[in-house]
Amino acid sequence: MKQLDVLIREAGRFDLATPASTTLTDNEAEVGRVMQICNACRYCEGFCAVFPAMTHRIEFEKADIHYLANLCHNCGACLHACQYAPPHEFAVNVPQAMAKVRGQTYSDYAWPPALGALYRRSGLTVALALAGGLALFLMLLLGTRAELLGQPLGGDFYAFFPHNTLALLFGAVFGFAVLALGVGVSRFWRSITPGEATGPAVAEATHDVLRLKYLDGGHGEGCNNADDAFTLWRRRFHHFTFYGFLACFAATAVATLYHYLLGMPAPYALTSLPVLLGSIGGVGLLIGPAGLLWLNLRRHPAQGDAAQKPMDRGFIALLLLTSATGLAVLAGRNSGAMGVLLAAHLGVVMALFATLPYGKFAHGIYRSAALLKWAIEKRQPNRLSLGSD
Amino acid sequence: MFDVVVIGGGNAALCAALMARETGASVLLLEAAPRAWRGGNSQHTRNLRCMHDAPQDVLVEAYPEEEYWQDLLRVTGGLTDEALARLVIQASSHCRDWMRRHGVHFQPSLSGALHTARTNAFFMGGGKALVNAYYRSAERLGVQIRYDAAVDALELEDGRFVAVRLGEERIPARACVLAAGGFESNREWLREAWGQNDNGEWPADNFLIRGTRFNQGTLLKFMIDAGADTVGEPSQSHCVAIDARAPLYDGGICTRVDCVSLGIVLNRHAERFYDEGEDFWPKRYAIWGRLVARQPGQIGYSIIDAKAIGRFMPPVFPGVKADTLPELARRLGLDEAAFVRTVADYNAACRVGRFNHTVLDDCHTTGLTPAKTHWARPLDTPPFYGYALRPGITFTYLGLKVDAHAAVHFGGRPSPNLFVAGEMMAGNVLGQGYLAGIGMSIGTAFGRIAGTHAAQAARQGTHHEAA
Ligand SMILES: Cc1cc2nc3c(=O)[nH]c(=O)nc-3n(C[C@H](O)[C@H](O)[C@H](O)COP(=O)(O)OP(=O)(O)OC[C@H]3O[C@@H](n4cnc5c(N)ncnc54)[C@H](O)[C@@H]3O)c2cc1C
Ligand code: SF4
Ligand code: SF4
Repeated sequence: MKQLDVLIREAGRFDLATPASTTLTDNEAEVGRVMQICNACRYCEGFCAVFPAMTHRIEFEKADIHYLANLCHNCGACLHACQYAPPHEFAVNVPQAMAKVRGQTYSDYAWPPALGALYRRSGLTVALALAGGLALFLMLLLGTRAELLGQPLGGDFYAFFPHNTLALLFGAVFGFAVLALGVGVSRFWRSITPGEATGPAVAEATHDVLRLKYLDGGHGEGCNNADDAFTLWRRRFHHFTFYGFLACFAATAVATLYHYLLGMPAPYALTSLPVLLGSIGGVGLLIGPAGLLWLNLRRHPAQGDAAQKPMDRGFIALLLLTSATGLAVLAGRNSGAMGVLLAAHLGVVMALFATLPYGKFAHGIYRSAALLKWAIEKRQPNRLSLGSD
Repeated sequence: MFDVVVIGGGNAALCAALMARETGASVLLLEAAPRAWRGGNSQHTRNLRCMHDAPQDVLVEAYPEEEYWQDLLRVTGGLTDEALARLVIQASSHCRDWMRRHGVHFQPSLSGALHTARTNAFFMGGGKALVNAYYRSAERLGVQIRYDAAVDALELEDGRFVAVRLGEERIPARACVLAAGGFESNREWLREAWGQNDNGEWPADNFLIRGTRFNQGTLLKFMIDAGADTVGEPSQSHCVAIDARAPLYDGGICTRVDCVSLGIVLNRHAERFYDEGEDFWPKRYAIWGRLVARQPGQIGYSIIDAKAIGRFMPPVFPGVKADTLPELARRLGLDEAAFVRTVADYNAACRVGRFNHTVLDDCHTTGLTPAKTHWARPLDTPPFYGYALRPGITFTYLGLKVDAHAAVHFGGRPSPNLFVAGEMMAGNVLGQGYLAGIGMSIGTAFGRIAGTHAAQAARQGTHHEAA
């Protein structure tokens, strides 16, 4: 058995051309090993893009492994369907192997590189960011009001926090998040040598991202969560989350336009566009993350990387807090608690923005890049002419 | 008391259990394996051979009944029962709607198996996904399932099934379906069936089992001893050449080595022993197990050079690699001088024309015995690779004789309430040879028939009891 073990490990280091594979980390070598087995089997080709992309290769080097790991949506289908999954001695667990490398790529490509370590301490990162965000706004609140609870001010946010201060603070943090993620993902993009993105490839990738195509299981019944049964709820809760987030973001953007372009400062009526968008988005962002958390808690333990659960749940918690506090501000905007509620909401949002480049949010960005590469790659002819029985 | 007890936990058993339950019977399914290993050889399958007169979702063009039948007649050399075979073929044209209702998904032919796009419907995710879907459906419908339940024997009364014996336990039921696979996992039985060769070796001791470890043939043996009518020879089994490093059980599909026709194959004495380029690999795949089984030590070595890389399905284990032929011989543990001589003779005999692996090309050897009749190119481009090969048993052919109702027979008389399906009776239709995907067609057709008739027999049994 020991010898077999060694052989199976070696299967992952199949070096026909270059010995670059010697520099693989253990997690990467495991993906290489598993892909070598899958490439000889291919039963899971119909589930997602990972297996068709795999068939374009006969060896798996670092860049291939990073690409495939990020292309994997961790849907779990190929674990439950695998004839070589544990307890089989081949111990194939594609989603787990991919998840581990994925986590590693977020740190590896992170910018500035020193902050890449935050991914590995994601629970702590979220906690500190949250504490910092809350402290900041509570202090600001105390600075303007000298007391936390007070007379209702008719929903006038800027009586608490001047608009320009908010715009500056959030603009800076959000700008940094965009920059950091942008640099990270472009480093990833360059390393996986994507080739030329044509219009149709971009369109297809966009479609696959926005529809979360690869959470449909390849047959439309969805992915696996607790067991080998399929469910569409992970996809749906992702949609609630993503589009809820977008609606909230749009609400803020519209309000900013109202403020600067139309000279209409908040508060806005309940039927105004910013409040409507914010409310719809807030509800979406409440249902989505709550659902994802529920699924996360019931997830089959063999799917994915247990070490990343704190990161998953930290991000989910921040999203939930964002919507919950946002809706609380709306509900309490005519009460004396408005100041505290607003400070809490802004603190949470600040923490969310600050951790965007160093937490679970990154998965969407890297996944989108990998999907674009796949959309490009599948349009190129497969250079291998393999035949079998 | 259960109406129907189904013994086995693979495709045939599940089809039988689902059909019996759908007709209203109470059903108990007994699977020898623990849950993690459930599904027998069925969990290693990938497709089902389907008759169709026009393009059908994942299937292109047409594969009419007559063509299917002629294919079967050819591979079995006539060792088939036409009526039962046609029943399977016809059932294969419409069983997929039922399969889908129970959660099975299909997909077009896998890359690397495009030659089956017309004849075979592939299971999305393979046989384990299919088995999972059937188990979910069975649980939902209220089939009682027990794992770790290896049945030892049956209680029979004059050709009539009475009860199942499972250790100390006795489980009576009104009818029974046997779907416990062949005896390919039983190494003792294989040893006995293959016997001893002229060199005093027991060839089967060196065989690997491609599928489950749970098909011990306990019930097959029990039924034969109980006087049930049989079909097929115990020495017959489907046997392919697989990577010698494959695990003893459950290596499945990925351990095959697909580069035979691109190079040469040597035995332990570094001699060639068969025409590697006789025909397309898919057509010759299944003879190499037997060829290797006849070689000393039951081992072969497939040798290729760098020209072959990227032309065959990637193997699961890396080949033994060397920059020179003598080094490869040493690494493979073969006699260096003999190895180099064999390759040199082969290289000198190659008449290279226009190499084309997709047709029976004109690259061949002259004056060499055995000849290599196609795709013969000298092994001259390093690095060189070698793969050790062993016979891998897919399934055995020995089974129980049935009629169109899947009834077990004793002395030519059908049992009123004992039925059999799947590999345990596949020999009625496939007496020898193989046609990709027909195992699942037989198991699905006869599993469903057996389930239906067992439920019916149980109902009649109840009438008898009431009367
Ligand atoms: C690697 C491989 C690939 C294959 N690919 C294909 C393919 O693509 N298409 C195709 O058509 N065929 C394929 N075959 C053949 C196919 O597997 C069989 O024809 C088919 O699975 C037989 O189904 P079955 O239900 O009769 O047997 P199995 O699926 O083997 O099920 C037998 C069941 O009986 C149980 N059992 C055994 N003894 C007992 C006992 N005493 N008590 C209780 N339970 C018992 C076992 O645990 C098992 O669950 C393949 C075979 C192998 C090995
Ligand atoms: S996950 Fe398992 S069944 Fe799927 S392709 Fe890989 S080895 Fe095959
Ligand atoms: S987990 Fe899902 S997305 Fe990832 S490789 Fe497996 S089937 Fe594809």
